[in-house]
Formats: sequence, structure tokens, C-alpha cells
Amino acid sequence: MPKVTIDGQSIEVPDGTTILQAARMIGGENVPPAMCYHSKLKTSGGYCRTCIVKVSKGSDKDPRPMPKLVPSCRTTVMDGMEVQNNTSPEVLEARRGVVEFLLINHPLDCPVCDQAGECHLQDLGYENGAANTRYDFKRRKFKQIDIGPYIKLHMTRCIMCFRCVKVADQITDNRVHGMLNRGDASEISTYIENVISNDFSGNVIDVCPVGALTDRTFRFKSRVWFTKPMDAHRNCTKCSGKVTLWEKGEEVLRVTTRKDKWGESEEWICNECRFEKKHINDWVVEGPRHIDPHSVISLNHYENVAAKLKLDIAKQQKQLASKK
Amino acid sequence: MGKKILLEHINVPGINTLEVYRQKGGYASVEKALKTMAPDAIVEEVKKSGLRGRGGAGFPTGMKWSFLAKPEGVERYLVVNADESEPGTFKDRYLMERIPHILIEGMITASFALGAKTSCIYIRGEYFYVSRILEAAIAEAYAAGWLGKNILGTNFSHDIFVQVGAGAYICGEETALLESLEGKRGNPRIKPPFPAVAGLYGCPTVVNNVETIASVPYIVMNGGDEYAKIGIGRSTGTKLISASGHINKPGVYEIEMGITVEDFIYSDEYCGGIINGRKLKAVVAGGSSVPILPADLILKTEKGEARLMSYESLSDGGFASGTMLGSGGFMVYDETTSIVKNLYTFARFYHHESCGQCSPCREGTGWMEKILHRIVEGHGKPGDVDLLWDIQRKIEGNTICPLGDAAAWPVASAIRHFRKEFEEYINHPERIKDVKHYYSVHQLASV
Ligand SMILES: Cc1cc2nc3c(=O)[nH]c(=O)nc-3n(C[C@H](O)[C@H](O)[C@H](O)COP(=O)(O)O)c2cc1C
Ligand code: SF4
Ligand code: SF4
Ligand code: FES
Repeated sequence: MPKVTIDGQSIEVPDGTTILQAARMIGGENVPPAMCYHSKLKTSGGYCRTCIVKVSKGSDKDPRPMPKLVPSCRTTVMDGMEVQNNTSPEVLEARRGVVEFLLINHPLDCPVCDQAGECHLQDLGYENGAANTRYDFKRRKFKQIDIGPYIKLHMTRCIMCFRCVKVADQITDNRVHGMLNRGDASEISTYIENVISNDFSGNVIDVCPVGALTDRTFRFKSRVWFTKPMDAHRNCTKCSGKVTLWEKGEEVLRVTTRKDKWGESEEWICNECRFEKKHINDWVVEGPRHIDPHSVISLNHYENVAAKLKLDIAKQQKQLASKK
Repeated sequence: MGKKILLEHINVPGINTLEVYRQKGGYASVEKALKTMAPDAIVEEVKKSGLRGRGGAGFPTGMKWSFLAKPEGVERYLVVNADESEPGTFKDRYLMERIPHILIEGMITASFALGAKTSCIYIRGEYFYVSRILEAAIAEAYAAGWLGKNILGTNFSHDIFVQVGAGAYICGEETALLESLEGKRGNPRIKPPFPAVAGLYGCPTVVNNVETIASVPYIVMNGGDEYAKIGIGRSTGTKLISASGHINKPGVYEIEMGITVEDFIYSDEYCGGIINGRKLKAVVAGGSSVPILPADLILKTEKGEARLMSYESLSDGGFASGTMLGSGGFMVYDETTSIVKNLYTFARFYHHESCGQCSPCREGTGWMEKILHRIVEGHGKPGDVDLLWDIQRKIEGNTICPLGDAAAWPVASAIRHFRKEFEEYINHPERIKDVKHYYSVHQLASV
């Protein structure tokens, strides 16, 4: 079993483990942020570059450092490898650069975005972003489209993580959406605004790290931090039936996959469970879902978090306005 | 006259036909290879020749071939990269247009060495008419028995296909090329696995540039050692240079590696000096991606030695004072050129051609173009040069494919060597108000 040391903490991991996975096994503060990797999706990762780390020692066999920063989600651990994440100023600076790139064309419309509160880009921005934007050009904009009755595509918010494309490739039987065009004009879309309708298509919503793909049945119903996550299950012939219900009072506002502490879906669920079973009697409730403190919705002081979020967003918006 | 290997018969009438090509000794390497050599022996000769990939990166070809995985019962492929979209580079076109059979001969011989039953030429969409020339030549080769089943009565069979791309620069990157060949969107793959292990349709694949493969017949006929005698140091053989810009004789030249840059620019055998006797200002020596160098640094290295047309000499001094041979797209700029405008043109290109997979390249290339645009339009802001520098630095080395680096290096080098010119644009927009492409700010400033 190869041994890897990340920011001074060592761990032995199975062959083929990536640096990111190893860091997650160690846990704690030093786990690189990941926007495009998803543990349940093959070939995911490598695109966003937020998870970059420095390999200061390649392995015991070949101790040379790697010449460039590497995406930890796509770099396999070698025995004796030494990795720097938070301990490398170079990594932190490069990561700030990546966050800046991801934000220059982002609309920063958190106040009206359903993803706010569980958005990986928000978290990333708070942890690695700069207070000011150096980008003073017009931001890219796309038309919002409804792809079918359940899913809203708000392309302007997309960070091109390819997770939704991989979901469609790997867990549905027919992918009808993908990347159109090129470079910063690329957009996720269906071919000629086709409808994404497939028993498992709703999972694209859960893998989207930002608010580009949202649940139309939940649209503007509530800020997520005002809803209570509960684990629940039902007998389903199509999927495991294991879900998280998001309740407000007695009402089930939203049904999602159960997400692990990294915000990645544990098991995929079908559209029937997700969109059609919105009554508490449809479900056997197991108990409250623990949400990792990483995310702002988890702190349980919903009101305070909301207040802080509002403040931060207001600050961002003001900065944005003063730039115009 | 320097040694000519690829272009020796370029001016022979009818050299594009099989008949004339045969009269000049064409296809002899296929005969020699198939009848007298073991595949591994050919790979060995290519190794000895020191031939390096002519597509830009200069990776040793023999070594690349020896890395090819050979699992039982799995097809292997040779793919020729004829996407040639790097601004300033037009050598492969010239070769394929004039002597298509040299490429086909090289492909058959190389495929025999690699054990590939099928090979493919991926050619950029804008070269559609060249694909017709290649197809005609391939048909001739089939008719004469150089392609198809049991070539020359041996048990080696081979087929060549031509695939026309849709005109994306990124499809020249070898893994994007393979995706495109498979009928998918041309996005570079994340490596590993490398094509030598999992390339076209997941099978072991060698991707080589047109010129690289066209050099194989000579090596097989004359031996690797003989080829290695040409050139200088680890830059063996000859190289096609596409020369353009403010020179008297633009065109494609075959040079023996090791001639001086000065000789290449000023001698009548090659570029014939700067147009209208003007002064040399700068050179981009290897296609738009490589660092631009000012006149003094392209003619002489930092150490004061004459700069040579070779991989090593051109990169002498690293990026601080050197550049790269790249794909051999040699662009010459005289004293009237605006480096800032030239850079804006390059930046526009990379922004347009980024595939959009990686955040730094997707977002950074557009941002740099926008900043450069406002600078050339006379609306540059005081911090813009530093901002450009910072953006390129954050793209470089942090992307899936080298297009990100290729977008960053021209910006970095133009700022490194011509910073004053950028500042002049920003600080004195009034002087550049009516600037035409050919008038540098310095000239205007002194008017
Ligand atoms: C953006 C980009 C564009 C490229 N375009 C070409 C091209 O048009 N032709 C080419 O031969 N190589 C091109 N390359 C290099 C190829 O990826 C590859 O290295 C080359 O085809 C290998 O052949 P060689 O070893 O014979 O040089 C390009 C690379 C990048 C990153
Ligand atoms: S829509 Fe969402 S999941 Fe799909 S690529 Fe964009 S950010 Fe990723
Ligand atoms: S570097 Fe640019 S062109 Fe290359 S894969 Fe990334 S986004 Fe695409
Ligand atoms: S999470 Fe590793 S590159 Fe996106």
C-alpha cells in the first residue's frame, strides 16, 4: 500500500488512490476543494483546477518533484509521495487564480439563486476568493431555458464541470444534452432545446455544483437554509428509494439524493421519488440528515447564517456595482 | 546549398504523381523495410537517427514508437497529424500538396514498423483541396499495390484513410484529434493514459506530424546513423521552416539544422533579408505559441554566441532570453511593426480556439484578449500590463493541454521584451489614435 504525506500528515492508501481521495481519508482542514470531481462519476475531474496541489516529492523511487501543480483529483498517489496543499503559498495563490477565473463571468446572483446556501462556488469563493474583482468587462450571459417540466437550466451560472454530462452518460440510457460551442462561448444545452426526460435525469440537479441546473418543482419555494433535511426512504422499483427530504413545517419542498460530507450524491434516485413524491406520507422518515459544517446550511443557526450570507452577498453586489 | 531530404525533388515536374515519384526512387523504403527488415530494426534505426517530432514538441520519435503498447489481439494505429493550424506554420501543406507520396511512403513504412494495419491522416478542414490530392495519391498507391492486401507479396496489409477536420486548432492537439477522429467533440483528453497505451478507440496509437513521418523513408534507406550526421547535436536532420513576415522571400525552406538564424534571415538562399532594407525588430521563431524575441536576442544568445536554427540553440537561455523551434513557423517583424497589435491578434486567436474545458484557459484567454483590445484601441488602464502578466501566469502550467501555455507564452514574452511599447500605448493613447497596423508607436512618437 503506497504511503503519501499531505501537508505533513501521512496515510497508507490502496493502489490507484488519487491525492484528493487520500486527502479526504485524512480529512480535516487540508482537503483540497473539488468542483468538477464527483466520487460516483467515472472520468470526472481535471477540468476546474480548484483541487490543484504541489507534489514536492514524486515517490521514494523517483523523488523528483513534479514540475507543475497537478489536479489532485486526477493524480494517483505513489509510494513515498509528498504533497503540499495549504502549506504551499504557490498552491494557494494559483487556487485563488482559479477561483477568480470561475467568478469573472459568474453573475453573482446568489440572492435569487436556489442553489445559494448549498453552492460549492459560494463556499469556494468565501474560502479562496478575493474581496475585489479585477474583471471590469461585461459578463457573459445566456438565455435561461426549461429543459422539460422538472429542470431549469440557467447556463450563465454554469462552471463547465461536466458532471451533468457524465450523469447523463453513465446513469441514464440516452444523453440528450451536452456541451455546445467552444471556449468561453461553450454552453451546456440540449440539442434544439430538447427535453431531458429519463427516469434518472433529475440527478443532474444534484451533481451541479452551482445553480445552473435547478429543480423547477422547488423553484423559489424557499431558501435552502430555511428547510430541514431529513433522511427518508420508500419502496421504489426503480431506485434505492433512499433520499433526503427538505421540509418546511409539515411540507416536503424538495427531494434530493443523500449527499456525503463532500456534497456528492451517495446513491442516485429516480425522477418519481424526486419529483412526484412530495407528501410526507409517501415516505418513511428516518431522522435528521447530518450536513457537514462545511456548508452554510449545516450550522443550524439558520437565521444567523442567512444574515451573514445576506451581508456578504450585499458586499459583493456593492463591489460589483461600484465597478460598473 | 544545404542538404535536402524532403524537398530534394520538389521542382521535378509531375513529382505529385506516383510514376515520377517512383522514377526518383520513391517507395524504395517500403520495399526495403517489408522485404529485408524486422519491424523492431526499423524502430531502432529511427531511434539512432535522433529524429524528433516536427509537430512542435520535439519529442524523440524512435522513443515514442518504442513506447507503443503491444497487447495481443489489439489493433494498433498510426495517425498522421496534418491539422497544421498554428499561426505562421504552413510547411505540411506544402509537402502534401507537392509530394503527397513521400507522406504515404513514410506511413506505410512506419506502420510496418509499428505493426499497424490501419493508418489515418487527420487533415484540417481548410486544407480540403489537399485532402483531394492525398486521396488521389492514395488511390494511385492502391492501384500499384503499395497499399491494400499483402503488399509486395508479403503478409503485411495496410489501409490508409483521410479524415478532414472541421477547422479547429485544438484538434491538432493529439488527444483532441483522436476524439475528433472518433466522431466526438474535439476536447483534449486528460493524460494519462497516453495514446501509446490507449489512443484511437482505446487502442495503442502513435500520433506523428506529417514532416516527421515524411522523414522516415530517408532514415530507412540510409540508416539512422547517416541521418544523425545531418544537423547539429541533438537536433539531427533537416527541418522545414515556414518563413513569413517582412522578408524578401517568404516561403517554405528545408534547412539543415545548425545554420545560423542570421544566415537564415539574410542570405539569398533563404529569406533574402528584410523587406525594403528595413531593420529587424523581432522574430517569432516557431509558430505563434513560442516566445517572441527582439532582434538582438534572436541573432545572438544572451551569452553572445550566434543563435542557430536548432532545438537547443533557440531555447538557449530558457524563456528569459530564449524561445523554441516549435513547429518551424518563422515570422519576421521589421522595425515598423507594432508588437502590441501583433500580440492582440495572437490573443484573439487563442481565445477563439480554446476548447473551454479548463477554467484558466477558458476564462483567461478571453480576459487577456479583452484587455489587449482596449489597449490597442487606446483605452488601456494603468494596471493593465501587470494584470496581463498575472493572468498569463495563472494560466500557464495549469491546464489539461498545452494550448493554455501557448496562449500564455506570447503574452509573457511580449511584455518581457517590449514592456515599454505597451506602456506607451496606455500612457499616450493620443499618439496611437490613428495608428495603422504597420506603424509602431515609437515612430509616431518621434514624428
Ligand atoms: C493546441 C495544439 C495544437 C497542435 N497542433 C498540431 C498540429 O497542427 N500539427 C501537429 O503535428 N502537431 C500539433 N500539435 C502537437 C501534437 O499534440 C503532437 O504533439 C504531435 O502531433 C506529435 O507529433 P510529432 O511527435 O511527430 O511532433 C498541437 C498541440 C497543441 C497543444
Ligand atoms: S450545468 Fe452544472 S453540472 Fe452541468 S456542467 Fe454546468 S455547472 Fe456542471
Ligand atoms: S488548455 Fe484550453 S484548449 Fe486545452 S483542454 Fe484546457 S481549455 Fe481546452
Ligand atoms: S476537482 Fe480536480 S480539477 Fe476539478
